[in-house]
Amino acid sequence: MAQMKHTITALVSDKPAVLSRVSSLFRRRGFNITSLAVGNCEIPGMSRMAFVVEGDDGIVEQITKQLRTLIDVIKVSDISKADFVSRELALIRVRANSTNRSEIIQLVDIFRANIVDVAPESLIIEVTGDEDKIESINDLLKTFGVTEMIRTGTVAMMRGMAGGTEETQATNLPRSRSDATS
Amino acid sequence: MKLTGGQIVCESLIREGVAVIFGLPGGANLPLYQTLPQYPQIRHILVRHEQGAGHAADGYARVTGKVGVAWATSGPGATNLVTPITTAQMDSVPMVCITGQVARSSIGTDAFQEADISGITLPITKHNYLVMHASRIAETIKEAFYIASTGRPGPVLIDIPKDVFNEEAEFQYPDEVDLPGYKPVLDGHPSQIKRAARLIKEAERPLILAGHGVILSKAYEELKELAEKAQIPVITTLLGISSFPENHVLSLGMPGMHGMAYTSLAIDDADLIVGLGLRFDDRVTGKISTFAPKAKVIHVDMDPSAIGKNVKVTVPIVGDVKRVLRQLNQAVEPAVHLGWLEQIEEIKRAHPSNRIRETDSLIPQFVIKQLAEVTEGKAIVVTGVGQHQMWTAQHYGFIEPNSFISSGGLGAMGYEVPAAMGAKVGRPDKTVWSVAGDGGFQMTMSELATMVENDIQVKFAIMNNRFLGMVRQWQEFFYKKSYVATHYTHNPDFVKLAEAFGMLGVRVTDKTQVMPAIQQAMEYNGPALLDFMVEEEENLYPMIPPGTSTAQLIEEPVEEKAKWHR
Repeated sequence: MAQMKHTITALVSDKPAVLSRVSSLFRRRGFNITSLAVGNCEIPGMSRMAFVVEGDDGIVEQITKQLRTLIDVIKVSDISKADFVSRELALIRVRANSTNRSEIIQLVDIFRANIVDVAPESLIIEVTGDEDKIESINDLLKTFGVTEMIRTGTVAMMRGMAGGTEETQATNLPRSRSDATS
Repeated sequence: MKLTGGQIVCESLIREGVAVIFGLPGGANLPLYQTLPQYPQIRHILVRHEQGAGHAADGYARVTGKVGVAWATSGPGATNLVTPITTAQMDSVPMVCITGQVARSSIGTDAFQEADISGITLPITKHNYLVMHASRIAETIKEAFYIASTGRPGPVLIDIPKDVFNEEAEFQYPDEVDLPGYKPVLDGHPSQIKRAARLIKEAERPLILAGHGVILSKAYEELKELAEKAQIPVITTLLGISSFPENHVLSLGMPGMHGMAYTSLAIDDADLIVGLGLRFDDRVTGKISTFAPKAKVIHVDMDPSAIGKNVKVTVPIVGDVKRVLRQLNQAVEPAVHLGWLEQIEEIKRAHPSNRIRETDSLIPQFVIKQLAEVTEGKAIVVTGVGQHQMWTAQHYGFIEPNSFISSGGLGAMGYEVPAAMGAKVGRPDKTVWSVAGDGGFQMTMSELATMVENDIQVKFAIMNNRFLGMVRQWQEFFYKKSYVATHYTHNPDFVKLAEAFGMLGVRVTDKTQVMPAIQQAMEYNGPALLDFMVEEEENLYPMIPPGTSTAQLIEEPVEEKAKWHR
C-alpha cells in the first residue's frame, strides 16, 4: 500500500500529561509524526490536536485506533479522505540588504506573506498556508540565505458542517462503531 | 465530613469493595498506612518486595475477577511495581496501584526517593494519575476502578504526594464517573453478527480460537454453546486455557510456538477462524503471512485496536465476548462437521504431541501429569515463564473455568511465587499449586516469608533442572549447544530453604516418589514446597521456531524403543 500523508485531528481533555500520553504512544508504537499542533478549542477544558502522519492505510487505522485507547482522547478523525482545509504558519529569517530587499518584498507579495521585522542585514517573513506553499516560499528564499525558520505545524479542519462539537456529541457513545462496520 | 487524604483513600477503597491490599510502607506513604488501623475491614498483607505486592494483586484479580490493589511508597517502592504493572497491562488484568510520592513542594527537585512514577508508567498503564489535592482523591479512585475493570481491563496507577495524604478535604464519594473519552462498546454491531453467523454457516472447517477475553468476560457457557451448536473445535491460547474444559470432545489444545502439533496443523487447514478475545500474538501466529492461510477470520474483541493489528480480519466485531457470543448463539444455526472432526482426529493420530515419553529418569512432563492426576485437573495452577509453563499448559488438562494463571504477554519470570499467593488469598477454598522453574522461583522467593506469616497455603512444585531451561534449549537448537550464562551450578538447597522459611520442604529425585510427595504436600496444613530434581537437558516439544510456520515444526524425536505414557 502506498505511503501517504494523512491529517488526523483529535479532541482531547485538557489535562496534565495529555501531550506526553499522545507523543509517548506515537513513539512506542513506532508511528512517524511529520507535524503536531495543539491548542485550545471551542469547548472549555478541551484541546484539539492535529497530526500529520505518514503511512499506509493500515498504519493510519492503527494510529487512530490506538489514539482512541487513551482515556483523555475523546474523538479522533482521519480527515484526509474528506475535503478539508489545512494551514500552517512559519516565520522565516532571511538575509537581506539594500540591493536585494525589493526583490524579496516582491516574492513576499506573490505569496501573500508579510514582513514582520526589518533589520539592516535581515528580514523576518511570516507566511501562512498549506505545507506546499510554505515549502515553496522557503525554497525560493533559500537563494538569499535563510538563517532561521520555525513552523507551527499543520492545523486542519473539514470543510462544510461536517466536523466540530455537534458531531462530537452525536457520535460520543458508539465511538467504536465505525471500526465495527468498516 | 472532613477527612485526611489517607482516610479518603481508605474510605474510597471500601466503597469499591476492596477487601485485600498487598503492600509495603515507606516514608512517602506512611501517612496513608497510619490510617489503616481505623479500617479493620481492609486486610493488608505485608509483602517482602513491592514486585510481590504487584504480582499478588494481579493473581488475586485474575482468580476473583475483582480489581487487585497494591500499595507502595515513592521511588524504589514505586519502580519495583513496574514489572507487575506491565504484566497486568499485557494480560489485561484489572489492578489499581497506589503509590506515595514525595511532598508537593519537593516534586521535581530530585528529592530523596523521588521517582516520576506517573511518567515511568505512562506507557504501561491503561491510565494513571498524579493527585495534587486531597479533594481530588475520591473522584480519582472512582475513575481508576471504573477504568481498570471495564472495557479491556488493565492496570491504573494513582500517585499521591505525602502531604496530600495529610491534607484535609470534604469527603463525598461520587456515584458516577465523567469520562467523555471512555465509552467501551459492549454489544456487537447487529450487521456484523449477521455476517459472522453467515460465515460460520458457510464454513466447512471452522475453528474457535479462545483467548483471555473469554475468561475476563466469564463467557464459559456461551463459548460451550457456540462450540456445541455449530460443532466447532475449540483451541485455547495460553491465556485462554481453562476457558473451555480440556476433557470436552471439542477441545483442541493450545496453538503456536509450543502448542500441540495437531493444533497448529489444524489451523493450517481451517477455512474459518473464530477469534474470541485474543490479540493474535506472534507466539500464536508465527510468521503472519503463513498463519491460517486458507481461513477467513472473525475477530471479536473488547479493544478495537487489537482488531486488524496483526492478522487480516474478515469480520471484525467490537464488544464484550460474553455479550457478543450471546448474540451470535442466537444467530448461528446448528451444524455438524463430522468430516472435519475426523480429519482432525487423523492429524492427532499422526502427531500425538500430547503424549509423553516413558523414561527412567524424572522428567517435568511426568510430574505435571501426576499433579493433574492427584488434583483431578481441578486445582488452580499458577506458573512462571519458560519450559515448565509450557509443559503445564500442554499436559495438565484444565477442567475448571479460570484455573490456569500465568504471565502470558510479558512473560515475567518470578510471577509464579507472588501471583500464586494472591490467587490463594482470592480463592482460599481452592487448592493452589505454583509450578515454578528454579530460575524464576529465585527471583521472588522472598514472598515465601509472607505466605508463612499469613498462613497462605500455596503448594509449590519446582521443576529444578539447574538451568534457565528455555534459554538453554534455544542455545541447543540455534547456537550449537553453547550454554552461555544459563547453567546454575550452585542452586540453593530448596528443601532447607523451605524449612528455614518455616514451610514443609520435600526433595523428589525419583519417579516413584512423585505421587506420595504431592499427596504429602496437599495434606500438609501450611505452605509446602516440592523440589523436583528433573532431567537437566529435557527439551520442550513441539516447537515452531520464532517467525516461521508449521513447515518448520520440530516434533519430539521418536526412538524406536521408546515407550509412551498415554
